[in-house]
Amino acid sequence: MEYIRTYEKSQSSLIPLLQETQKKFGYLPKIAIQEICDYLEIPLSRAYGVATFYSQFRFEPLGKYLIKICHGTACHVNGSIKIAQAVMEEFGIREGKTTEDGLVTLERVACLGCCSLAPVIMINDKVYGKLTPDKVRKLAKKLKEGELRD
Amino acid sequence: MIEAIAVGMNSCGIAAGAKATYESIETELKKRNLDVTLKIVGCVGMCYNEPLVSVFTKDEIITYGNVMPDMIPRIMEEHILNGKPVEEWVVKRDWYEHGIRKTWDVDGYFDKQKKIVLENSGYINPEDIDEYIAAGGYKALKKALGMKPEEIIDIVIKSGLRGRGGAGFPTGLKWKFVKESKGEVKYLICNADEGDPGAFMDRNVLEGDPHRVIEGMIIGAYATGAHNGLIYVRAEYPLAIERLKKALSQARDKGFLGDNILGGAFSFDIKIKEGAGAFVCGEETALIQSIEGKRGMPKPRPPYPAQKGLWGKPTNINNVETWANIPWIINHGWEKYAEIGTEKSKGTKVFALAGKINRSGNVEVPMGLTLKELLYDIGGGTKTGKRIKAVQLGGPSGGCIPERLFGTSVDYESITETGAIMGSGGMVVMDEETCMVDIAKFFLDFTVKESCGKCTFCRLGTRRMWEILDKISKGKGTPDDIKTLERLAPQIMAGSLCALGQTAPKPVLTTLKYFRDEYLAHVDEKKCPAKVCRELIKYVINPDKCTGCTACARSCPVNAISGKKREVHKIDQEQCIKCRTCYEVCKFGAVEIKYTYEDD
Repeated sequence: MEYIRTYEKSQSSLIPLLQETQKKFGYLPKIAIQEICDYLEIPLSRAYGVATFYSQFRFEPLGKYLIKICHGTACHVNGSIKIAQAVMEEFGIREGKTTEDGLVTLERVACLGCCSLAPVIMINDKVYGKLTPDKVRKLAKKLKEGELRD
Repeated sequence: MIEAIAVGMNSCGIAAGAKATYESIETELKKRNLDVTLKIVGCVGMCYNEPLVSVFTKDEIITYGNVMPDMIPRIMEEHILNGKPVEEWVVKRDWYEHGIRKTWDVDGYFDKQKKIVLENSGYINPEDIDEYIAAGGYKALKKALGMKPEEIIDIVIKSGLRGRGGAGFPTGLKWKFVKESKGEVKYLICNADEGDPGAFMDRNVLEGDPHRVIEGMIIGAYATGAHNGLIYVRAEYPLAIERLKKALSQARDKGFLGDNILGGAFSFDIKIKEGAGAFVCGEETALIQSIEGKRGMPKPRPPYPAQKGLWGKPTNINNVETWANIPWIINHGWEKYAEIGTEKSKGTKVFALAGKINRSGNVEVPMGLTLKELLYDIGGGTKTGKRIKAVQLGGPSGGCIPERLFGTSVDYESITETGAIMGSGGMVVMDEETCMVDIAKFFLDFTVKESCGKCTFCRLGTRRMWEILDKISKGKGTPDDIKTLERLAPQIMAGSLCALGQTAPKPVLTTLKYFRDEYLAHVDEKKCPAKVCRELIKYVINPDKCTGCTACARSCPVNAISGKKREVHKIDQEQCIKCRTCYEVCKFGAVEIKYTYEDD
């Protein structure tokens, strides 16, 4: 974890460090948080306090595909609850969870800023818009069969 | 002579399939051995017509809408090779009169718009600083560096520009406070933590014309005496971050940023800080805490950031759109800017139209336009042709304005009078199929989750309100519940430190004010007039209309529908999860929504 030492030794480096750690591992492993705290000379409790405050950070490994389900106002008005339900049924997990085979993690997000295409979901970095429960089920099936193009 | 072909490649365009369109133009150009520049541009605001392809010639720009890859060969053949635009696909034309760009479009979408902040969006390549410079960019910076800082602040004050993040505080005055605060080290921050659901104005500006924001920031830094700048962008905007990074490095190479800007004595640089997902960080004191590496919890004001901000130093925080106005004001003078708008609200405002609106996208209008003009003349009413019932302004901090008040002028004072707020610019349109109790509950759900937990009234009060709304939406509410909501609301507003708590009850208060009958229907009659609240409705099949086509049975995710082919189907109410799928797939309108107390 050499990258930790490239940051300035100040608490303002904490969030960027947590972000880079999560980018590297897909989540925040305890051992990495400990290293960051040792380097910044701050107590572990403070790092956890910060990490749990922000919704971006997670403490469990991530699935191969991260599906963000948008629950913004525009999506809500256009039926995001039905979209979320269809996705949850397809993968058999709730929002915030990862499938047992580690293929998919579902995440609930407040707004992806693509409101003109509502309702939307984001699979890894790609946005899928103007969805219907039917369309999203087809997408999920494609993903499960490994036919989803990035 | 074709100068360039451009594809709108902001997040909205990409999501609509612009990448495939871009690739297919690339392939076609190669195949035909054509030497035509292909470039990306930002979003012109017509998100409803994405993907957009524009063909630039010396005199005019012709834009095609909803361009799918299979349309490219014809455009190539007829327009690029033979100079004849494919008229039936043209959605917009621009031409120049005495050097001023004029725009026509099929829907009249641009007729009532006035472009300042978005003047380059959709016309220049946001990843190329030379295009920004060619469009007149960084001229304002050169002009400003030749003036005294006080002169610049005076111009901004006189222009009447007010903070576009929502609160509407006079920008020039904020700058003056920072300038007058003592201290060698001062900071300047661009707040790009656009968190209101339904708002995407700042994203569009950052992705479509990042240099405009940077130029505004450099001018602001020079005027207030700051040498360190930060752009706090929410992590959910990866493309905006990528384009900003490119723009900053290009600006440094050209000497607009860094030490001794343009060879003068002034030095200033900008860093990007990525947010980590917390709505409350849009509040300036919480944002500062977050940059310092702490939990993003607001602090009491005063002291204001202008006196004691980041690391305890004087700090100037403005929103993306505010910064993007600055170069125009410096270039054209405060008089020109103050000519636009109303007495107390000057200039233009960018709005994001979303929800049930027909033409969703980003629009920039002069202050003082009526909501009716905005929603009908520009937005084109609803997608379904149904009546617009209300519009939500200002996200979870704002309120619902009913149709009968659509004569309201869009300016800070008039909007506040309705009980809503101007907010950052999100406008979510609702029609008859939107339940106002459900909407209020939705916003409360948002604030309950995003409350940082510092103030008890916000942390627990919003949760109590949500629980009551949940009860009402399930048909279990009592008349006392409405009274409790009205008693709790002012207490939460008074007992909260920051704008999140101070405004959180607004969606409930405005829906109660304008749509009380809907609340009463839920409470007294156990009815949801919009037929949205699940516990109060059921789906049944009308035997007179059902043809037995089996479409509903096949699409039902829980196999709750039974019936043989060509025979009337039936929904098992015990098994039905009310997902509405059957209602939407039935081509014969046989699936009907009834209240739970009614017979099947």
